[in-house]
Amino acid sequence: MPKKSVVPFGPQHPVLPEPIHLDLVLEDEKVLQAIPSIGYIHRGLESLVTKKDFQEMAYVAERICGICSFGHGMGYCMTIEEIMQLEVPRRAEYLRTIWMEMSRLHSHLLWLGLLADGFGFEPLFMHSWRLREQILDMFEESTGGRVIFSVNQIGGVKKDMSKEMLADFQKRFDQIEKEVREMTQVFLEDYTVRTRLEGIGILTEEDAIRRGAAGPMARASGIAVDMRKQGYAAYNDMDFEVITSDKCDSYGRCEVRIGEIFQSFDIIRQCIAKIPDTELNVPVKGNPTKGEAFVRLEQPRGEAFYYSRTNGTKFLDRMRVRTPTFANLPALTQTLQGCQYGDVPLLILTIDPCISCTER
Amino acid sequence: MSSLHKSPWLLHYDGSSCNGCDIEVLACTTPVYDVERFGVINTGNPMHADIFLITGGINSQNEQVVKQIYEQMPKPKVVIAVGTCACTGGIFKECYNIKGGADTVIPVDIYVPGCAARPESIIDGVVKGVALFEEKAKAFSLEKKSKKG
Amino acid sequence: MEEIQKDIYKIEKVDLLPIIMEKKNNLWRLCQICCAFVDGEYEVTYSFASGYEIDNYRLVVGKDEQVPSISRVYNSAIYYENEMHELFGLNVEQIKVDFHDKLYRIEETAPFMKKEEEENA
Repeated sequence: MPKKSVVPFGPQHPVLPEPIHLDLVLEDEKVLQAIPSIGYIHRGLESLVTKKDFQEMAYVAERICGICSFGHGMGYCMTIEEIMQLEVPRRAEYLRTIWMEMSRLHSHLLWLGLLADGFGFEPLFMHSWRLREQILDMFEESTGGRVIFSVNQIGGVKKDMSKEMLADFQKRFDQIEKEVREMTQVFLEDYTVRTRLEGIGILTEEDAIRRGAAGPMARASGIAVDMRKQGYAAYNDMDFEVITSDKCDSYGRCEVRIGEIFQSFDIIRQCIAKIPDTELNVPVKGNPTKGEAFVRLEQPRGEAFYYSRTNGTKFLDRMRVRTPTFANLPALTQTLQGCQYGDVPLLILTIDPCISCTER
Repeated sequence: MSSLHKSPWLLHYDGSSCNGCDIEVLACTTPVYDVERFGVINTGNPMHADIFLITGGINSQNEQVVKQIYEQMPKPKVVIAVGTCACTGGIFKECYNIKGGADTVIPVDIYVPGCAARPESIIDGVVKGVALFEEKAKAFSLEKKSKKG
Repeated sequence: MEEIQKDIYKIEKVDLLPIIMEKKNNLWRLCQICCAFVDGEYEVTYSFASGYEIDNYRLVVGKDEQVPSISRVYNSAIYYENEMHELFGLNVEQIKVDFHDKLYRIEETAPFMKKEEEENA
């Protein structure tokens, strides 16, 4: 009769760039149950609404997470724009779309790198991060920041991209796309990579709905939900299909994210071709009127939910963010049940965890 | 002791940061910035580490973790606070769960400001840390000798 | 059931569980639960999504009232309900896995209610 033992995992652990703690109930090498405990990064930034006004909160929202920072700022601004009924100029919407897709590119490349590190393929890790740096360089040229940009403001964006810059970016994107295509072949076809990913961490379609999974996690289980299809920002002008996989395992999640990388290149290409020439922002007069609004965005990690409630003063009553990793936590505990102890780090990585998003 | 400061090992712990600085710290170890050319190796084990990079502020739950990691590191050790949050608490200073910068729980030697701290400045901080580590190592071996003698 | 704003419906406590069961049977997924403390009352909003559709149900309860837990129907509600209890001090009845204010392990109790106390003082 094998003995049950509880092994603590984290918060400081070599594979985890961020602290999360799991108590793993093991029977020999098999994980019977995983109990997550969070709170190592909880700051309580939603409570800052009583101290910072609605304009300043855009900067706070951006600092929910340093990877999807652009999307968080954009999501918050969109809620206030909806309450104040501001119409954002089209050029700003297009620029937001370009930056959002660039965020997705760098986030997915980062994830591919961490995944490669997770299964011990060091050169692949270095290679993905090298390509990611080129995206960050473009971010720096267009916004001035590498991870925190602060280009979103209520009513539009602060910075423009010139025609020359866009043309130059297009050339560089084409080059990166070529290199990424070469690299992702390894993820999808290499024998050693496939043995680590295939059949590991099964999450069926039914479970994904039951556990409320979001984003690539849900799409890898065959659920075709992509919030971009709602048509916010400039996505209503874009031509793209929702990428899904019916494999339901870690390989499926990898496949979906790789598909999304090329989709992002494509969306950026369409944006650069169609971008209209208008103002960058509309002026904001006075405080937001009393009201509430919720916005759903497709972040690199999945569907994020933003809610703002105003009361007519410059301070908000409530700002809420439900981030994709929070929604994916129950799905994570599901996939961990019954896996091998050695696969735990890899499975944590496949949900693309962003702990500072989760705890805010 | 002389070999230690030529290849100090680095330990990174994320306090309650927004992830921006952590990713930049990790970016330092990848090909474009590559701190390994200074002999610095990123390790996951506090007992192997000489330089402690901490990002983000301190909250009530990670206070113990940070203290414990610091105590587990062998002497001599250098602590580098990376990013505005680790220096002072930054934008989150007024949050109810933030106690302040890293220096509220452990002694910090070098502060690297920036939101998020750029890889160049992190490398700058690490290079300064290596120099300081050399000094500390010398003082430490003198201390050991005098104890023996 | 009254529609306060587009896609936001105000409901009574007795209606909550029948609605949740209906959503569950139609394979809607729980999108989020949000708690806000406005004008001396808790507003608890349950959001359900199916594809691109979204329905929000708003429950308004007094400060000392209790809210039934939906975690036995929707497993993923555990984290949201524990969060509401820890940050707002909202009483949620019988959560399936009760963390007893140990989800975030913060030192203060119900920090989001602080503003209210300052105003009353």
